[in-house]
Amino acid sequence: MTADERGHRHAEPEPIDPDLSPAPEREPVRPRARPRAEAAALAAVAAGGALGALARYGAALRWPTGPGGLPWTTVGVNVLGCLLIGVLLVALTEAVPGRPLLRPFLGTGVLGGFTTLSTHAVDVETLWREGRVADGCALLGATLVLALLAVTLGAWGTRRVLRPLLARRGARAGEGRRP
Amino acid sequence: MSGWALVAAGGAGGAALRYAVDRGLRLWHDGAFPWGTLLVNLLGSLVLGALTGALWAGAAGERLGLLLGTGFCGALTTWSTLSYETLRLAETGRWPAAAGNVLASVGGGVAAAWAGHALGLAWWG
Repeated sequence: MTADERGHRHAEPEPIDPDLSPAPEREPVRPRARPRAEAAALAAVAAGGALGALARYGAALRWPTGPGGLPWTTVGVNVLGCLLIGVLLVALTEAVPGRPLLRPFLGTGVLGGFTTLSTHAVDVETLWREGRVADGCALLGATLVLALLAVTLGAWGTRRVLRPLLARRGARAGEGRRP
Repeated sequence: MSGWALVAAGGAGGAALRYAVDRGLRLWHDGAFPWGTLLVNLLGSLVLGALTGALWAGAAGERLGLLLGTGFCGALTTWSTLSYETLRLAETGRWPAAAGNVLASVGGGVAAAWAGHALGLAWWG
């Protein structure tokens, strides 16, 4: 390669192909928290996890699975938790900035402790082990579809409701600042 | 300790371990794929499967079931975080990762529970 060619290369950087979508955004990297903030978040998660597990236990006692029945209570708990985390995390991200312990407490702790994959997995494999293959498949499929539908509905519905409200609030704040 | 206290203690420990594993893995590998949630979901399903085997064999009692099963494994594993992280992967255009995440978690979870249950029955049965 001659010096001229190199010079030419430097002068004209590679054109960006307009047909290509821009590189997918990375999730923002959180700055490394201080030990005290980490300990507070861990305590919030533990407290929330205890509450979530208690609520799940209460639901299992209130709506037990009858003999020969399907464990629909676990399905209901998981689907409800997925709906609520969609609502919660969109609301926290878009409308409640600057509350660093709310997400660990309510999201990771309460809802994470309320919902469970292990109980669901054991429910399915136990049904299969007992020869109730169709029942196990129904439980697996119903949970998968309803959980993903619930989180999507929760997140999209919350965005739909919050965005016009926040835009109006922002516009009003802008008016107030005018002389 | 009442059943409620056992569930609460196990739930606090399980949720705290899930958070610690996720944070620890992110310090080491901070990508878009939620490896921490996948790992705890598989681990919790394996342990709960083994505990179920022990309960069936009569080697574990109801109180251990409440502390380690309903409380600890129940809170160590999660559907809500799994579903939200899958939604985030899909919304940012990472469809293969989203599908892989949910299939690996659910399929792997059932396989881990089955393996744990078989191990538990073989060990204590």
